[in-house]
Amino acid sequence: MKFTEEHEWLRVEGDEVVVGITTHAAEQLGDVVFVELPEEGTVVSKDDEVVVIESVKAASDILAPIDGEITEVNSALTDNPSMVNDDPQGEAWFFKLKFTDASQMDDFMDEATYQKFIG
Amino acid sequence: MRGSSGAKVPAWSKGHPEATGKANRMSDLKQTALHDLHVELGAKMVPFAGYSMPVQYPLGVMKEHLHTRAAAGLFDVSHMGQVVVRAKSGSYDDAALAMESLVPVDVLGLGEMRQRYAMFTDPNGGILDDLMLANLGDHLFVVVNAGCKDDDIALMKEALSDRCGIEVLDDRALLALQGPKAEAALARFQPSVADMKFMDVAKDVDIDGITVTLSRSGYTGEDGYEISVANDDAVALARKLLALEEVEPIGLGARDSLRLEGGLCLYGHDIDTTTTPVEAALNWAIQKVRRNDGERAGGFPGAGVILQQLADGAPRKRVGLLPEGRAPMREGVAIFDAAEGGNEVGTVTSGGFGPTVGGPVAMGYVTAEHAKVDTPLWGEVRGKRLPLTVTKMPFVAANFKR
Repeated sequence: MKFTEEHEWLRVEGDEVVVGITTHAAEQLGDVVFVELPEEGTVVSKDDEVVVIESVKAASDILAPIDGEITEVNSALTDNPSMVNDDPQGEAWFFKLKFTDASQMDDFMDEATYQKFIG
Repeated sequence: MRGSSGAKVPAWSKGHPEATGKANRMSDLKQTALHDLHVELGAKMVPFAGYSMPVQYPLGVMKEHLHTRAAAGLFDVSHMGQVVVRAKSGSYDDAALAMESLVPVDVLGLGEMRQRYAMFTDPNGGILDDLMLANLGDHLFVVVNAGCKDDDIALMKEALSDRCGIEVLDDRALLALQGPKAEAALARFQPSVADMKFMDVAKDVDIDGITVTLSRSGYTGEDGYEISVANDDAVALARKLLALEEVEPIGLGARDSLRLEGGLCLYGHDIDTTTTPVEAALNWAIQKVRRNDGERAGGFPGAGVILQQLADGAPRKRVGLLPEGRAPMREGVAIFDAAEGGNEVGTVTSGGFGPTVGGPVAMGYVTAEHAKVDTPLWGEVRGKRLPLTVTKMPFVAANFKR
């Protein structure tokens, strides 16, 4: 699993990457009450706002970590946003992205580096 | 993940100007008598109105909210200002009449050991602060918002000092115990509190060896008590209450969602100097005796505007807004009268997720012609118009002991 400075985790599965937010991010957000997912088939560029997450505290965005096409979204989150708090690094993945440039994955942190990053 | 662009954050969160404006270094912040207890309980402390305050405890905002509606929650509201206004004559009536020069409320007619909601108005009819007034027999007891208290105290000193002494009670804490089990919890220490009715006040009450002044009131839409206690006794009292099975400590986060579901205004958001009491739908707080043809009509700042609006209606009104989908509509969301095109007819002033409602709730101002209950409107969230309905408040039925 790889980690971004925006507190996303990325898991490569073939030519796709599965994207979620870290346990640390979920704790910081507090109780998640709303998730808006992108449409499958959307082509995105790195840093595009792809997902809206609202917690009891505030609204946040998940950015596309790399260029690619959204191939699948976890629509269970729309009906049950609290999954994000219950299992952020497991069941509560947000979307799968088919990447166009695998080398973009080289920029991200491994778990030990991420743990140091959040201190 | 990052904070959403253009999304307003709640007043108690770190990014809000109110939270950072006055004192943005933790070392500049004032602390209440319960500060160390909050830290010990694992609270997340944030700057609020110049104080370091608990925004949530380990339970989290959602569970704290639901616990308060189901059992009892203990809130530290010691950052609010507690002020005694005592007429030089020693008579309550003289203090009340003096206070009536600042508020559009019947203070003289307030019964002994009774409390009432009021607001300081300005010459334009705007609201300088909202407050509670209590008749303690020989003086008025006033509780004002933390963010406004310096201005409020200056206002009272300037306007009332010729007739009254103004004493700020810096040596007292204020705790709120709220929820359907608040009575049972407090009555274990002092059975007589069960006999108090909504807005009753009692002084020199013994709570397991600690002397307090308390009222049966609060700001959550639940039954409960607000308890004024000497700073030196505050931690001991809080520990006694927290030791009870039904009581959990509750932070500012849940306080905000509770008062929002209760349809109650947050000063600086839902009411301020740009809103009149009539626009804010606070007409109920202006008793007949202060209105046109009343015995003491007018005589408060902005009376011309406010009395005219009471008679003829205001151009806009604060209303409850129920979004149809799941997306919260927060402060600043623009309201339109059509799904496409149409006109902007209002703005959300408070909004978020209502844990008891189980979905988003909001309040805001809309033009008078769109203020009728059941009017369909649209809020623009991230460029999309989402449907909402003008709704009666409170969103959750109030649970007071009348």
